[in-house]
Amino acid sequence: MALRGNLRDFTVTQLLNLINLAQKTGTLVVDGPKEQAHVAFREGKLAYARIGNEDNRLATVLHKANRLSVNQYRTIVERAGKMTDKELGLMLINAGYVSQEDILVNLQGYFTGIVRRLFTWVEGFFRFEAELLPPEDRINVRLDLENIIIEGSRQLREWEQLQDEIPSLDMALKFTERPLKNVNLSVEEWRVVSYINPKNTMKQIGVANKMNDMEVRRIVYGLLQAGLVEIVRPEGASTTIPPHTFPSENREEQKSLVNKLIGRIRSL
Amino acid sequence: MQTVKMVVTGPFSAGKTEFIQSVSEIDVVSTERKISNREERAVKEATTVAMDFGRITVDEDLVLYLFGTPGQKRFDFMWEILSEGMLGFIVMVDSTRPETFREARSILETFRAYAPTPFVVAANKQDKKDAWDIEDMRHALRLDAKTKLLPCTATDRKTVKEVLLALLYSILAEMETGG
Repeated sequence: MALRGNLRDFTVTQLLNLINLAQKTGTLVVDGPKEQAHVAFREGKLAYARIGNEDNRLATVLHKANRLSVNQYRTIVERAGKMTDKELGLMLINAGYVSQEDILVNLQGYFTGIVRRLFTWVEGFFRFEAELLPPEDRINVRLDLENIIIEGSRQLREWEQLQDEIPSLDMALKFTERPLKNVNLSVEEWRVVSYINPKNTMKQIGVANKMNDMEVRRIVYGLLQAGLVEIVRPEGASTTIPPHTFPSENREEQKSLVNKLIGRIRSL
Repeated sequence: MQTVKMVVTGPFSAGKTEFIQSVSEIDVVSTERKISNREERAVKEATTVAMDFGRITVDEDLVLYLFGTPGQKRFDFMWEILSEGMLGFIVMVDSTRPETFREARSILETFRAYAPTPFVVAANKQDKKDAWDIEDMRHALRLDAKTKLLPCTATDRKTVKEVLLALLYSILAEMETGG
C-alpha cells in the first residue's frame, strides 16, 4: 500500500521511524503550508534533502558554513557553473580548499537542518516515492536516523507545549509595565521585540523576521514567562461584540437586552 | 422569541456543568459519558463530551442559554462551534488543581482568538481549604489587572450569579465605550 497521508495523522518523527525500521530507499515528498520538501533515504539512512527552491548546491552550503570565502564562492559560481557537486567536491579537495570530511560534515548538517525544519510542520500531505532516488550529480550522505528521531520527538513535545501556551498567532503583543532594562536578549529575541506593538500580530512578526511559527512561539513564550509582554487582541481589529450576537442590531435595544439579563440574574 | 448565549469553558473537571446547573431553570441537558482514562477517572466518574446546555428565561421574549464546553482537549473541535455568536464567555478554573492552570490559560487564549467578546475568569472551589489565593492565581493564569477574576463555588447559586453579573457588566461596559 502506498505510504501517503496527512501530517496531522502521522508526524514527521513517526515517518522517519518507519523509514528507519523498514530500511526504506526512496524519497519522502512533503507538501507543507508554503513549500515542498524532498528527503531522500538509502536503506533507511538519510541521503539527501532539499526544501522549496532553496539553493542547496555544495558551493552554497560550504559558503554558508564559512568553509568558502566570498571570493572563493564567487569564483566557483562564475567558473564552475556547469560542474556537478561531485566534480566540484573533488576539485575543492584536490585544490586543498576543504577536506572530504569538511564536505560530508557540512552536507550532513545542512540536510539534518532541513529535517529539523520539517519537524515544525504540523499541516501538510506526504508521500513516499520508492522509485525517486537522490539526484545522481549530488553528493549523498549516509546518516543514521536514530538521533534525528530522538531530537524530533523532543521538538514535537516542545511544539505541543508551546502550542498550548500560545494557541493562536493571530493575537498581538504589548509590553507590560515592567521596564526592558538589564535584560539580556539574543539577536533573535531583539528582532521580535523590535516589532512588538499591539498593531502587529505574532504571525506578522514571524513573517517580518522570516521566522517559522515555532521560532516565534519559542521567543514569545520566553518573553511571556519573564513577564515582559502580554498577549492582546490586535489593535485595529474589530473589538466590537459581533453584530449577530444580539437579536437586534439597534445599539439601544442591545443595551436594554443586557440590562434585562442583569435584572433577571439578580432576581434568581 | 429572542435568544442570546454565553459559553462556560475551562479545563476538565473545573466545575462547568455544576456552574450551569446552579442557575439553569431546566435540568441541564448534559452529554456526560463515563470516563475511560484511569487518571481522569480518579478525578471524576463522568465528563461532558459535546456540551452542557442550561436555560434562563428572562421574559416572554427573551431567553439566555448557557453552553458548557467539554473540558478534554480531544473534544476541542466543539469549542469553535459553541463559541459562534456568544455574548461573552466564562473560564472556569479549579482553584485547588494548579496542574490545570496551564491548560486554563491555553483555553482562555484560544477563546479570545475565536471572538472579541468580553470574558471573566471564575476561580472555582474557593471554599476549599487547599484553594489557591486569588492574586496568586492571577499571576499563574497570567491575567492582567483589568481582567475580572472572581472567587466562585459552582454549587453555590449566589457566587455563580455574581460571576454572570460580572460578565454582563463587562458586556455593558464594552458597549458603553463604543465596542
